[in-house]
Amino acid sequence: MDNLVIAGKTYTSRLLVGTGKYKDFDETRAAVEMSGAEIITVAIRRTNIGQNAGEPNLLDVLPPSKYTLLPNTAGCYTVDDAVRTLRLARELLDGHSLVKLEVLGDPKTLYPNMVETLKAAEILIKEDFQVMVYTSDDPIIAKQLEDMGCVAVMPLASLIGSGMGILNPWNLQIIIDNASIPVLVDAGVGTASDATIAMELGCDGVLMNTAIAAATNPVLMASAMRKAVEAGREAYLAGRMAKKLYSASPSSPTEGIITPAQTGAPRSA
Amino acid sequence: MIQLTINGQPQQFESAINVAQLIDLLDLHGKRIAIERNGEIVPRSLFSEQMLAHGDQLEVVVAVGGG
Repeated sequence: MDNLVIAGKTYTSRLLVGTGKYKDFDETRAAVEMSGAEIITVAIRRTNIGQNAGEPNLLDVLPPSKYTLLPNTAGCYTVDDAVRTLRLARELLDGHSLVKLEVLGDPKTLYPNMVETLKAAEILIKEDFQVMVYTSDDPIIAKQLEDMGCVAVMPLASLIGSGMGILNPWNLQIIIDNASIPVLVDAGVGTASDATIAMELGCDGVLMNTAIAAATNPVLMASAMRKAVEAGREAYLAGRMAKKLYSASPSSPTEGIITPAQTGAPRSA
Repeated sequence: MIQLTINGQPQQFESAINVAQLIDLLDLHGKRIAIERNGEIVPRSLFSEQMLAHGDQLEVVVAVGGG
């Protein structure tokens, strides 16, 4: 079986999905189920005190018994905020230590601040967190994160929520070639072909949220993404043909072609 | 009378209470929450032991949808 292994745990799906931006919990659940994802990201936020006491909880809709929840640090701009958020997440999820670290640098682009990310990763790894880390597509930084002990590196394809697809496949290729831990594209996927291209490059998985949630029909897009990731993975494993500008080798046999008809030849009586 | 700051909002309480009592007063009993007090996690197992003090800063969080 061709499985994804992260921090010693085996997953059959290589598609990881976020749970934000859906219309309601029903749509969240339907899209997540259709995607086939086993790892799903969640955010950690202040609860509304004294309001919506009977409001359903995300964890009732997507129970930790069924999914591997990956708490994130979305919205954190400092080491301290990111580390505190994940300590709260670990307590909330009964000691679960697999987390997604992202430390953002700028509210306009949501581009990661890698200086702060490296510092936060170091603290979290010392505290025995298993850190999947959102990173720029800098191959040197990605390798440093691996060497520190992160369990997966997750370079952006393009900016969070942009849907711009893979803007620098060459950097991704270098990161993949250098890595001995899983490399997952996180952020920037816009449609199914983007996910397929990421997998064809040799990524171990793809993490996405907006591409599904902001589709006109999120559940159908979740289905498309599931197939796209599987197709890309199979194409990668199968090994694509070499590209060439001309082919001197047609697909059909060059032997046994019928000879041209003799036009204007005399017919026998 | 003690004052606690809960998720950034100051709130007054008649008398000294522990974390478990606070959770009941906030109508959060049975909810999946985690609590940080003055920057430190309060483990669930210590909710009924840990007394809150005037001026404490508390963060009460839940899991929500996110990417």
